[in-house]
Order: sequence, then structure tokens, then C-alpha cells
Amino acid sequence: MSDTLQTKLNETPDRRRVLTEPAAVRWLLTGIAVLFLGVFILLPLAAVFVQALEKGLAVYFAALHETDALAAIRLTLWVAAICVPLNLIFGLAAAWAITKFQFPGKNFLVTLIDLPFSVSPVISGLIFVLIFGLQGWLGSWLDAHQIKIIFATPGIVLATIFVTFPFVARELIPLMESQGRDDEEAALVLGAGGLQTFFKITLPNIKWGVIYGVIICNARAMGEFGAVSVVSGHIRGATNTIPLHVEILYNEYNFAAAFAVASLLALLALVTLAVKSFVEWKMREQLS
Amino acid sequence: MNLRLRKQYVIPGFGPTLGYTIFYLSLIVLIPLSALVINTAGMTREAFVAAVTSPRVMASYRVTFGAALIAALINAVFGSLVAWVLVRYDFPGRRILDALVDLPFALPTAVVGITLATVYSAKGWIGSLLEPHGIKIAYTPLGIVIAMTVIGLPFVVRTLQPVIEDIEKETEEAAASLGASRWQTFCHVLFPVIVPSILTGFALAFARAVGEYGSIIFIAGNMPMVSEITSLLIITKLEQYDYSGATAIALVMLVASFVMLLTINLLQRWSRKVTEV
Repeated sequence: MSDTLQTKLNETPDRRRVLTEPAAVRWLLTGIAVLFLGVFILLPLAAVFVQALEKGLAVYFAALHETDALAAIRLTLWVAAICVPLNLIFGLAAAWAITKFQFPGKNFLVTLIDLPFSVSPVISGLIFVLIFGLQGWLGSWLDAHQIKIIFATPGIVLATIFVTFPFVARELIPLMESQGRDDEEAALVLGAGGLQTFFKITLPNIKWGVIYGVIICNARAMGEFGAVSVVSGHIRGATNTIPLHVEILYNEYNFAAAFAVASLLALLALVTLAVKSFVEWKMREQLS
Repeated sequence: MNLRLRKQYVIPGFGPTLGYTIFYLSLIVLIPLSALVINTAGMTREAFVAAVTSPRVMASYRVTFGAALIAALINAVFGSLVAWVLVRYDFPGRRILDALVDLPFALPTAVVGITLATVYSAKGWIGSLLEPHGIKIAYTPLGIVIAMTVIGLPFVVRTLQPVIEDIEKETEEAAASLGASRWQTFCHVLFPVIVPSILTGFALAFARAVGEYGSIIFIAGNMPMVSEITSLLIITKLEQYDYSGATAIALVMLVASFVMLLTINLLQRWSRKVTEV
């Protein structure tokens, strides 16, 4: 007994040495990793705020208060307010059907839900132009009835829904899969109704997943650029979302204003990441 | 039989939820995407081939896929290194860096685009350091590689992190106690386990880079034949009311992304098999 303990004690430093890299290698690798993240992520992030405040706070707030900027902010909030709830309802329905039941073609359905994620944003906008644009399938009919979808808010909403389509479902499906259906079955056997079971049992179980799904869906909805740029028509004060407004300001060489408006989106991204870290911490707490 | 049926229907809502899922999926995704295929089907074969193989279009494929390949390779090497460092080593600021890896995923592409163009331009923080050495990044194909590297980075890191976390210490201990050096352990024990995940991350980063638009157009310079990506060419054609040209090129890109999606699925299956054994 004492013999084995003695050998163990003797071995410990040696074991430590072979289970990790030499200190010099560790420092080198950590240095390269920090440098890489610094050059590609930290510096560009810092640059947004430095450029935004370069001409002082007065210019910064003036850029945010300008009528076109306010119109862009209002439109972006509206678009997100429509897209996020729709995709949330879809995400909940899809996750329920996919994780609580067995049916043929399930894997195929999951792949289809992921599809918008692998389609280029420009194509995501183009497909709606092909249907609703003037030369599109419904173009002449819509024109005759004076309904505008492309180069108007409905087109922006449609393209944004398409781009952010998978986010809530992607978050919920693995989470609900791992939780199984025992809790729900117990509640139902004890006489709870279907909706009661969903709101009292399922929803509290998946609430952190729902929160994260909503927040990332919202960040992407407010920040979408490529798809929205195809369908928006770039009409100042009318069909410009925040990212499109940033593009216009930048292309007019109005850098301070462009970065001021962009800093709003950067703040949104930082808040999104903070919520994500918090949710992951909560989930780990829930598991342990 | 009766029991089995009852068991299946204890949980309600199968019909409505699946029905709504398929309805919403068709309305938002499937029907619009099929518009692309149906519209191209209206073109003659000669017109289609001419539209997708004209010299300017071919040049844009070379720029897009070439830059995406280089960016994905950079990410496969440095992203793996970052994932390893974040999982295995402890240093001040590790948690914040870890959280910031997702930034390119959360930050709108237009913001990534203008800030990269500024930082890497001749007067920018990094560009001004490279300018005296004759290295120009912004408004050259190199700028495209930089933007694609930034937006692809989270994919490699986030694919690898859980795999490195799950490696059991025992296998490394066994290798070490059998006399393997640290380098040998890495090459023969650790590397084979993580290689499928590196390839998955590489493929994800490549696929994302090929479709990317917003972060690239600000830094690329967008010169036809030199630094014009395919996504931008589609928009240019659309703005010239060349709808069939735009649609044909878009279909080629859509098929390319389906092929990549399939490859990624196969890689993920392989990765799961390797890590489970």
C-alpha cells in the first residue's frame, strides 16, 4: 500500500509533464491563438467604436438622431418584431413534432429546416424577386392590384424570415431530444391537458433554449444585409434597414456616421453574446 | 397492438404541429427555392450554358472558390490551434476570448465589412503596418480572403471544442505510460480523433465563405475579373434587369451549396463514428 503510494508520488511530476506540452510550447501556442483572435476579431470590433466616436459624442448622437437613421431603426425593429415571433412559433411546433413523435422522413425534414442556413443570402433575396418582382410569377397581378412586395416592407420581412428561419428550431430540437418525453407523459397520465402540459412542463424545461433561440434569431433578423439588400430597393427613409443605412453612409464617405450607426449593431451583437454565455452557464447549472 | 397505439398517442398535437411545420416550411422555403429551379428550366440549354460559363462569371467562380479555399485552410490550421488553446490551457482573459469567437456569427456582415475595410486599408491600424512592405490587403483579392477567414472562424473552433473536451485523459495517460513522447501522443492518439472534426469545420467554413456577401463587398474592391465574387455578380445582373442570367448563376451556386451540405453531413457522420469508438 505504502509502496504504491510512494510510486504514485514519484510519478506525479513525470505524468504531468507527459500529459501536457512543455511550458514554452504552451506559451507559444497561446500567444499565436491570442494574436490570431486579436487581429481578426478584437481589433475590428474595437475599430467600430473608435471610428464611431472619432469626431466626438455630439457627431455620434447626431448621426443616430438623424431622420433617415431613425426611420431605419424603426423599420428594423418592425421587421424583427414580425419575423421573430413567426419563427418562434414555427420552431416550437417543429421541435414538438420532431422530438415527441416517430415518423418516416424525420431526418429529411430536419435537413430541409436547415436549408436556409446553407443558401447564400443573395439567393435568399433573389427567390422572392422571382416570385413577387415586376417580372416575377405574381408580378403583373400584384401590379394590377397595386400591392407592393418587392422594394417595400413585405419583401424585406419575407427575406428576413427566410434567412432566420432555422435558428429557433435548431436550438430547440437537440435540447428537447435530450430531455425525452417522460415529463410530458407523466403530466398527461395524471390528467393534464395538452396545452396545459406544454405551458407548465415543456416550456419551463426548455426556457433557456427558447431565450437563446429568440435572441440569436433577433440578432440575425436585425443584422441581415445580403438578402434584404436584394429586395429593399434602398429607398432612403422608407425601405432602408439599419445595415442598409450603414452601407449608404459608408459609400457616401460619411464614415463617422456609418460607424456610429454600425456601433448600434455591434452593441446588439455583444449583448447577444453575453446572453448566450449566460444561457450556457444556466443550462450547465440545470444539468448538474 | 392496441397498447402500442395508445402509447403513441399519449402525447397530443402530432397532426397540428407537423402539419404547421410542413405548411410553413413549404411557404417560406420550398416554394420560393423551387422558383429558382423552375425559372431556369424556362431557359434553353445553350442560353443557360452561355450564362454560367461566360469569362466574367468563370473569373468570379475562381475568385470566390479560390479565396474560400485559402480562408478555410487558414481557419483549419489556426481555428484548430485556437480551439486547443481555449480548451486545454488556462490564461487570463480566456473566457472573454472564448465568448468573442462567436462574434463574426452575431455581428451583422455589413458591420464586419466596413470595419475590416477600415482596419486593413492603407491608412488603417493593420494596413498601415503592411503598406511599407508593399502588402496591400483592402481592395485586392487578399481582402476577400481576410473577410472570409473572419466569418468562417467560429465554425472550425465551435466544431472542434466539444470534441477536444470529450477526449478522455486516460487514452493520453496510456500512451504516455507506454513511453510515447508528447509529440507522438499527439500524432498517433489525439490527431486521428480530431481530424474528422477539423475537416467538418473546414467544410462548414468553406461553405459559409462561398455564399458570403456583406462582409466581402466593402473590402474586395469588386473589380470584374479580378476581385468580383459570384454573389456580387448575381446582384449586378439583377440590377441590369438580366433576370435569367442572375437566376442561372444563382442555380449553379445553389447546387454547389447542396453538394457542400451533403459533404458536411457525411463528414459529421464520420466524425461521430470516430469519437464514439
